[in-house]
Amino acid sequence: MPRNGKANGKTNGKGSGHWIGQRFKRKEDPRLIQGISHYADDLRLPGMLHCAFVRSPHAHAVIRSLDTASARSVPGVVAVILAQDLEGVGNVPCAGVLPDLKTPAHPPLARERVRYVGEPVAAVVAEDMYAARDAAELVQVEYDPLPAVVDMEKALAKDADLVHQEFKTNVAYVHPLKNGDIKGAFKRANRIVKERLVNQRLAPVSMEPRGVVAQYLPGERTLTVWSSTQIPHLLKTQISLMLGLPETSVRVVTPEVGGGFGSKLNVYGEEAVVPWLASKLGRPVKWIETRRENMQATIHGRDQIAYLELALKRDGTILGLRARIHADLGAYYQLLTPVIPTLTALLITGCYKIPAVDIEITGVLTNKMATDAYRGAGRPEATYVIERMVDLAARELKMDPVEIRRKNFPKPTEFPYNTSTGVIYDSANYQMSLKRALDLAGYTKLRARQKAGWKQGKYYGIGLSTYVEICGMGPSSAMPAGGWESATVRVEPTGKVTVLTGASPHGQGQETTFAQLVADRFGLRPEDVAVIHGDTAAVPYGIGTFGSRATAVGGTAVYYATEKIKSKMSAIAAHLMGIKPDGLVFGNGKIATKDKKKSVGFGEVVSAAYMARTLPPGMEPGLEATHFFEPSNFTYPFGAHVCSVEVDPETGETKIEKYVAVDDCGNVINPLLVDGQIHGGIVQGLAQALYEEVIYNEDGQLVTGSLMDYALPKAVHQPQFVLDRTVTPSPVNPMGVKGVGEAGTIGSCPAVVNAVCDALSPLGIKHIDMPLKPEKVWRAIQKAQTPPAAGKRSRAQSRARRTA
Amino acid sequence: MIPAAFSYESPRTLKEALALLESNPNAKLLAGGHSLLPAMKLRLATPPALIDLGRIPDLNYIRDTGDHLAIGALTPHAAVASSELLHRMSPLLAEAADSIGDVQVRNRGTIGGSLAQAHPNADYPAAILALDAEIVTLSRTGEHVIPAREFFTGMFTTALSANEIITEVRVPKTTGAGAAYKKFAHPASGYAVVGVATVVRKHGNAIESAAIGITGVSGTPYRATAVENALRGKPASAIADASRRAADGIEAIGDTFASPGYRRHLAMVFTRRALETALARARAK
Ligand SMILES: Cc1cc2nc3c(=O)[nH]c(=O)nc-3n(C[C@H](O)[C@H](O)[C@H](O)COP(=O)(O)OP(=O)(O)OC[C@H]3O[C@@H](n4cnc5c(N)ncnc54)[C@H](O)[C@@H]3O)c2cc1C
Repeated sequence: MPRNGKANGKTNGKGSGHWIGQRFKRKEDPRLIQGISHYADDLRLPGMLHCAFVRSPHAHAVIRSLDTASARSVPGVVAVILAQDLEGVGNVPCAGVLPDLKTPAHPPLARERVRYVGEPVAAVVAEDMYAARDAAELVQVEYDPLPAVVDMEKALAKDADLVHQEFKTNVAYVHPLKNGDIKGAFKRANRIVKERLVNQRLAPVSMEPRGVVAQYLPGERTLTVWSSTQIPHLLKTQISLMLGLPETSVRVVTPEVGGGFGSKLNVYGEEAVVPWLASKLGRPVKWIETRRENMQATIHGRDQIAYLELALKRDGTILGLRARIHADLGAYYQLLTPVIPTLTALLITGCYKIPAVDIEITGVLTNKMATDAYRGAGRPEATYVIERMVDLAARELKMDPVEIRRKNFPKPTEFPYNTSTGVIYDSANYQMSLKRALDLAGYTKLRARQKAGWKQGKYYGIGLSTYVEICGMGPSSAMPAGGWESATVRVEPTGKVTVLTGASPHGQGQETTFAQLVADRFGLRPEDVAVIHGDTAAVPYGIGTFGSRATAVGGTAVYYATEKIKSKMSAIAAHLMGIKPDGLVFGNGKIATKDKKKSVGFGEVVSAAYMARTLPPGMEPGLEATHFFEPSNFTYPFGAHVCSVEVDPETGETKIEKYVAVDDCGNVINPLLVDGQIHGGIVQGLAQALYEEVIYNEDGQLVTGSLMDYALPKAVHQPQFVLDRTVTPSPVNPMGVKGVGEAGTIGSCPAVVNAVCDALSPLGIKHIDMPLKPEKVWRAIQKAQTPPAAGKRSRAQSRARRTA
Repeated sequence: MIPAAFSYESPRTLKEALALLESNPNAKLLAGGHSLLPAMKLRLATPPALIDLGRIPDLNYIRDTGDHLAIGALTPHAAVASSELLHRMSPLLAEAADSIGDVQVRNRGTIGGSLAQAHPNADYPAAILALDAEIVTLSRTGEHVIPAREFFTGMFTTALSANEIITEVRVPKTTGAGAAYKKFAHPASGYAVVGVATVVRKHGNAIESAAIGITGVSGTPYRATAVENALRGKPASAIADASRRAADGIEAIGDTFASPGYRRHLAMVFTRRALETALARARAK
């Protein structure tokens, strides 16, 4: 079991009740565990049709002809549509804006050319999904294959084939970020450490793939779209724009959403095509993505190659960082494709004082699926890069990786801390989380065992990752489509509370944590509070759930809306008691004076508000308040992870022996849910380090097109996690919360790679790129060792002794 | 993930099943469905008809028949893995079964289906070969007994003819011998990147004989005869050197997870490990 004891109970912040900080089981779970909840695929509407897409088998090709005749002849087929049928339907939107960005047109169905495997070229609608699938197989498309642009570095060559002819280049943008005296830094440096580091392409693979159900009611002229999305309101706006419908006639509902990890922070072509079909055919249409489609045509994540140079003084002080980063964007943009890599630039100095930076990010177009936000979105890339560089620097300077980190941390008194990349870290104590993690891991003992092990040909390694990340997204000035969040809190006539949140939880558990928060403030119980989300007809306009924002931004909106009602209720209570409304306290179903001498029941005040006979003069009846919260800054959770591994030199396999994570996400509303987020996050980070990799071959074919090839982490792959936390409240919001959805993924990945490279250090191995697949590790060991076989071990041992 | 149309038959006797196969030459037998159904859902297989063996009684058993153990074709992996009879008298097959896939796969997948499928990375074939097991089949011409060494003819291909049904697998008792199955599992599929099954008999301090079946390395599972020959009558210290011949004369397969060269290397490592474990488990005569 994870250890949480320490921070527990002290996380109450400014809460007036006792629900905040409790390990409260999720209200969502009973219905999810029993399978009685409703996902998109569970919706069955009368007369509903089923849609299947015909997708490109080529990475790059000209569509020579399309023949739908045999598909149309399949019994039960109602329609087969091509790009030209979608006349007037808008392109798939991209909200990312950058100077001189080349933005390719991205039609929902391919016109003339296909540019990645899985690009939709036709849609088939039929009475049942079998007929739809059968007919989709019969749509005959003749392609003239073209050379595919697959390798993002080769794509940069002058004579490279082009993904989009009209741009005459595959470079979508170049984004510089420069600050401080970089030349001076490198001139003054005693040591310059250089490395090329790869963040491989990953597939988000949420348990539930995408799914869209649409129904158009011609009488009411309303289009309802049920979509498995993280952003119902933005989707509603974009659907209305793409289809040319007034936004007032479009309603988006998110049924239960089985995970997203950023992949559903998006607007996909299918989300226009399916509603369009439903309107044209006058019948509801359902499309549920298959896993194969999910691997091909739902956004991917990461895919960056970074060339780094770190300038250091002999004592380990970092003077400057140069980074040239190539980011593979894929063939078209999804909602945030081009801007994700720019987040890497913002966070690339990690939790270190690096006074000078010179960063340049080049976005590259290739014949692959678009990359976009995947758990961490730009920040895991940054953390990986800086954490690896700091370790490499420590190796070079013969310093302990702990020492070099401590040397470069800002002091706790230096917060808010301005980074050279232009962001302001709100609050932190990096020394504290590192110390806690080292203590829990038994760092000194681990090092001693490592040295002893090397002498016996055992390759033990210890990896650290001290990370900071950007959460609580974010101030609107820094966001592509608004960074605020909305909440409406309504006390119903019976005294139960309804919370409407613009956040759109899809596994994070805000139905529980927001209920805890509101119950806490009102002095009620969480079961008295219902949290409604994901229905644009019920909930005021909101932004959604991503970027670890739902609690820090959405929760704060709930907090303020609750405060508004509390002050109204205080005024009514005071009026009823005939006293001044100042300093009344809510608790145990009562509103009372501080000294508890006078009180009035919570229900009594609610009744007064609704009966409207005994209200203070001039006061509006009812008990409902809405708040739109605009954060003044991001929040910056941080932490320290320590991982110890053993590498089998014979097979190259890595075994994680111990994993310690100390995370600081500010105040904690529900430790149980925070642990869950950290667990899942660590697992996804470990998986990037060791297993996961989207592979396209040189023709642009997706090799890892199924879960038999794409290695998602499984329970049997996981070590025991030892969790702990420190609590450094954020000054950015009144609850002092920061966000925790992505922290585990961001922190964990470099810890594992650092551990493996540390284990192999006696062999002179400096770096191996992720994923650390056994063969790759084995080959690196083979290369480092010299034949003949008999000499292997002794050679390794003698090097180990020298190091020791 | 939606299969093409097919018809479904559920015969109650083997005879009925044979007749149905006869009249539907392109029909497929359905056992646990854990190879066939995924292929159908991806439309990699589009059989017009399925003949479900699941309703035929008495194909799911593990019996002691005196000189060997008989396992019904429809016995799921989980039953093999947990069989007390096997653990006592021929544990290799149980150890291999226990390493297959995950719980659901082991509960649904059957030994007959796995052998008929002849997946190049399946686990059973290594054990079946090392045990010199026999595959019992039924066709119109009657019952046939196919020795393991003649059964696997290539990647996804076997000595079975189109209308032949596996009914039983017979494995010898290996009492006294030491057996071990060592597997390097693919992190995504769970299949064996390399799997080595071995039965070692000990005489005094020497290895009397070692039988070694290897899966995953080549398209077809094979007996590592070069290693077997190098070990006959040799002491344990010969294992390391002999294991280097685990992929002698074998053309290895490769994919993005493991190249041919790496697979050959793994074959050597896992052969050594399997032999060492098996030897430690063997009782000397
Ligand atoms: C996720 C997953 C992981 C897996 N991991 C592993 C693993 O690690 N190791 C491993 O070895 N396997 C693995 N498998 C395969 C699994 O063991 C299958 O169950 C097995 O290969 C086929 O057995 P079945 O009973 O399901 O056969 P089915 O799928 O029903 O049939 C397979 C083929 O055999 C034929 N057939 C079936 N029974 C007979 C019979 N009695 N006579 C003649 N022909 C017959 C069928 O017509 C068909 O062609 C995995 C499968 C899955 C889905």
